[in-house]
Amino acid sequence: MPTPTKGPRVGGGPAHERLILANLATSLFEHDKITTTEAKAKRLRPLAERLITFAKRGDLHARRRVLTVVRDKGVVHRLFAEIAPDMAAREGGYTRITKIGARKGDNAPMVVIELVREPLSAKKATVKEAEAATKRAAKQNESKQAAAETKAAEDAEKAETTEATEAAAVELPEGAVAANEDGSAPEGYTVKGNADSGKYHEPDGQWYDQTIAEFWFKTAEDAEKAGFTKAGAGS
Amino acid sequence: MAVPKRKMSRSNTRSRRANWKATPTTLTTCPQCGAAAQPHIACPSCGTYKGRHYAVAERTEHQA
Repeated sequence: MPTPTKGPRVGGGPAHERLILANLATSLFEHDKITTTEAKAKRLRPLAERLITFAKRGDLHARRRVLTVVRDKGVVHRLFAEIAPDMAAREGGYTRITKIGARKGDNAPMVVIELVREPLSAKKATVKEAEAATKRAAKQNESKQAAAETKAAEDAEKAETTEATEAAAVELPEGAVAANEDGSAPEGYTVKGNADSGKYHEPDGQWYDQTIAEFWFKTAEDAEKAGFTKAGAGS
Repeated sequence: MAVPKRKMSRSNTRSRRANWKATPTTLTTCPQCGAAAQPHIACPSCGTYKGRHYAVAERTEHQA
């Protein structure tokens, strides 16, 4: 059994119904906005939206399909040339039905059915944009990650080489400890070693206070063993 | 064809019709002009609905 048509029947027969709906669609595309009864508007909406979908496709075949319903070529031209471009960003929901109360006389509920030709609302546009942006970001992330991986590998190599050189420079002599980060003396170590000059300073030395110690020794003997000379001894 | 055997009494008729009651129309206030308007229907006094204006929705005093 064929699925019955959704919505109320209009007119005196199937042919009459087709005529009424075709005339309504023609008027809608001609004037953008028509006032009719709620029952007719609700039958018109799916038909009109399908015709707009054809118009968005825009080829000759679609135009001929529309012409089987809307017989007026001028109206069809308006639909394809003016209405369809406005609907390009919209995915369905091309028409809007607004109730305007009952008609005097037969109390029929009346509506205004209109084409939604204004651009997508700012909110919807932003939502769409955001979705597109996330898509783009995801794509970029992938490429970025790949780039980052190669970069990280390079960095690691670099780091290894620098570490090696540093280690050579700050190699600890025997019996010495590296200075604390803030330059203070490690506990129990009182003799300062200056790596630049190769000299050590005892606490009672002349330059003890101004010396920046790279190494700390427990005693002067340890420093001498490590190859440091006593500051002021040579001169 | 089946036909009623007896005339329906005035009492029966009236008691049936006594249950035909009118219900008050649901009304809201129009956010635009503050007049009473039916929900989901454009305001009959100023013709606006959801910020859009519909001139055909406007009704004068004796039209309503």
